[in-house]
Amino acid sequence: MPKLTVDGQELEVPEGATVLQACELAGKEIPRFCYHERLSIAGNCRMCLVEVKPGPPKPQASCALPAAEGQEIRTDSEMVKTAREGVMEFLLINHPLDCPICDQGGECDLQDQSMAYGRGATRYDANKRAVTEKYMGPLIKTVMTRCIHCTRCVRFSEEIAGVDEIGALYRGEDMQITTYLEQAAAHELSANVIDLCPVGALTSRPYAFEARPWELKKTLSIDVSDAVGANIRLDSRGREVMRALPRINDDVNEEWLSDKGRYQVDGLTKRRLDKVFMRKRGKLAESSWDEAFKAIAKAKPGKNVAAIAGDMVDCETMFAAKALLGAMGSKLLEGRQTGMDYDVSNLAAVNFNTTFAGIETADAILIVGSHVRWEAALVNARIRKAVKNGAQVFVVGPKWETTYPATFLGEDLSVLNRIPKALGDAMKKAERPAVILGGAALAQGALGAGLKLVDKFKLVKDGWNGFNVMHFSAARMGGLMLGYAQKNGMADVVKAKPKVVFSLGADEMDFEPFVDALKVYIGHHGDKGAHAADIILPAASYAEKDGTYVNTEGRVQFAEKAVFAPGDAREDWTILRALADALGVSVGFDSFAELQAAMIKAVPALGEEGLADFGDLPKADSKAKAEGTIAAYPIKDFYLTNPIARASATMQQCSAELIHGEELAEAAE
Amino acid sequence: MADRHIAPDTPELRERWDSFAWTKENAKKADWHIAKYPEGRAKSAVMPLLDLAQRQVGEETDTQGWLPLPVIEYVAAYIDVPVIRVLEVATFYFMYNLVPVGKFHVQVCGTTPCMLRGSDDIISACKKRGMEKGKVSEDGLWTLTEVECMGNCATAPMVQINDGNYEDLTVERLDAVLDALAAGEEPKEGTQEPGRHTSEPSGGPTTLKEMVDANHDYRGDW
Repeated sequence: MPKLTVDGQELEVPEGATVLQACELAGKEIPRFCYHERLSIAGNCRMCLVEVKPGPPKPQASCALPAAEGQEIRTDSEMVKTAREGVMEFLLINHPLDCPICDQGGECDLQDQSMAYGRGATRYDANKRAVTEKYMGPLIKTVMTRCIHCTRCVRFSEEIAGVDEIGALYRGEDMQITTYLEQAAAHELSANVIDLCPVGALTSRPYAFEARPWELKKTLSIDVSDAVGANIRLDSRGREVMRALPRINDDVNEEWLSDKGRYQVDGLTKRRLDKVFMRKRGKLAESSWDEAFKAIAKAKPGKNVAAIAGDMVDCETMFAAKALLGAMGSKLLEGRQTGMDYDVSNLAAVNFNTTFAGIETADAILIVGSHVRWEAALVNARIRKAVKNGAQVFVVGPKWETTYPATFLGEDLSVLNRIPKALGDAMKKAERPAVILGGAALAQGALGAGLKLVDKFKLVKDGWNGFNVMHFSAARMGGLMLGYAQKNGMADVVKAKPKVVFSLGADEMDFEPFVDALKVYIGHHGDKGAHAADIILPAASYAEKDGTYVNTEGRVQFAEKAVFAPGDAREDWTILRALADALGVSVGFDSFAELQAAMIKAVPALGEEGLADFGDLPKADSKAKAEGTIAAYPIKDFYLTNPIARASATMQQCSAELIHGEELAEAAE
Repeated sequence: MADRHIAPDTPELRERWDSFAWTKENAKKADWHIAKYPEGRAKSAVMPLLDLAQRQVGEETDTQGWLPLPVIEYVAAYIDVPVIRVLEVATFYFMYNLVPVGKFHVQVCGTTPCMLRGSDDIISACKKRGMEKGKVSEDGLWTLTEVECMGNCATAPMVQINDGNYEDLTVERLDAVLDALAAGEEPKEGTQEPGRHTSEPSGGPTTLKEMVDANHDYRGDW
């Protein structure tokens, strides 16, 4: 623990800290461009210069200098001031003064820091350098003349994403940042380089020239495009969500966001259900709330009613529907739309128990039936970190492109019964072994066999629980906590032959078996569910309502309403409340606060933000055997997994270009 | 330097170079370079391998050699490194040619000492012979490049032609060297000044004169 002084203030800093970190601990602001907490140290922007004694009588780059015992650091001396001015002047020599037409304006590090640390005016009157634009795909817009060569984007794609595709070509004045042959950056985290870029060189292509940061209302929300529950900020203007940006949460998403979570928001204004529709003579026609409610009441479902929860609904909606069905005397609730029927008697067995932060520290990981890159891109970045720290990764299932070295053990699940030697040895050696079961494994009924591994690999130790199930729908854990599960899954709902089926934004389910039922779709996008429905009640998307979400590690998080739903659309819970009146039952709440209070009373864990406690893992069934093969993963197209993304022009373009691009090119030949 | 660029990725380029592979001899050399580094650190050998590849391309095209994209990709695959990382190295160092060059790559040093000793004349002499900066001459023999300091300041001005340095040049001496090269001869490398061996002071030693014949301890003189 070195002791040092910063501007005369004495303090002790942790071993291994840099001078920059020491200054920050002392509460001093150090300007920087290339330094980033989550990336390796480059030390090439020189903006963080400070004066350090003992040492050479010149300013030193604080980001790359280890803090040492007895250092006297000055951040307020004349030397430091002139050094910063000098660096800033050099940076601005080749930086265009095009802030008025730059999308970074208003949230630009260079702009802010030149105001705070730069000279008042330029002394440079020669020609500035110009660099040609580089193509980086449908998400990243480049204006490379603005680039100051901090190499944050290069380091991000190499270190965090694990997809080496951005590099710095040429040297000195001619240095240019580009992807190889200007191919599109094609991975799930690519757009994070836009946030990392301290200037306007890499900006968001779909958001280009849309809004200025100071015009936007910022709302704290939760990403629902997967079950990671990334913390996001929705920036809205008027009734439109303009963009989604990640918020920092070290336990969940660090400060990254998957491209889908970031760019599906333009789907919020497309293909929206903004009016009530009813099927008349086989065709959906505009209708009114009254008429729709009457039609539902006329069906006289009595007890014969079911509710299917979609992948993106919040807990409040699910609880309201549960209360409505409860009042009518039905318990036919299901959220696993595709018919999965794993055992949910103990939720610890279907939870990501290691936590995302924990999986980083695992030293042997077995992934069974999960395309982690597509099902939870941010968890994949965590696993990559674990691998960089020496973890071994084994995968059971069809091959996918990992961003780290991994051993594929084939598609046959029977390897779980007879463990291959390499896997067994790695797990035996491991101090923190982990198993991740994905949706494809659950669908094959491998949960029981997976639980047997808990004892075999000693997954549960003091302070360590290595048994994980990875879901990929944002509503899954919340749904399971609220009892949205039948013993045999959807099959039980079908067998009960309900007269009325409420589909709460459920688009992936099979409506075929419910041909005789009145299908009421309560959702926000005209997607598969709406096409099959008899009555469509327009509801709110995640951006248009307050709501509680539980991610796959059982983390309860709260999202706020950013904008109002379009047209006649209403928040889901109000629709269900009104339905209760129409059906002549009482659900026991009249306001959102009352609904939430009732929900928390029923499931107390939903009232506390943070990890829910599901208790110990159940005892494994010794007779459980893994059978069958994993032929394919459930996600066929990363960019089009939910109705919002399917409606989003940006996501469609990504899918066409980044996933089907090669096929298109081949077809053209 | 500013006009350095990568040769465009065309179907013709792919057709010509996609089949690039080490010759038997070069494969041995490549593995020898890789073996210099610990197991799993093959990427450390990127620079010698790029040089080797450039030389092999040179042999195949009877030029100094250059690095077409498919060859860079081949090297990247050979040491299992993302191709962008190899391209970064290839574009950074000036001795990797990114576009085709002639049989003799005449690199004239134009940095201050050489300039003061008349490198401008050397460049115009080259141009007079039909060379153009960054271009291959019509007969396929010459490519002219102006480079920064080659570290031969004591014998300035100088040119580097492929692997040889020719120093203490005048226009006449340069012409003689180039004529000899064009005629397929091997002109003497190093200084072209008669009577000078390497970079020793011309006209005899000016300092440490007592050291010429035998060791001399200067410490008593201080």
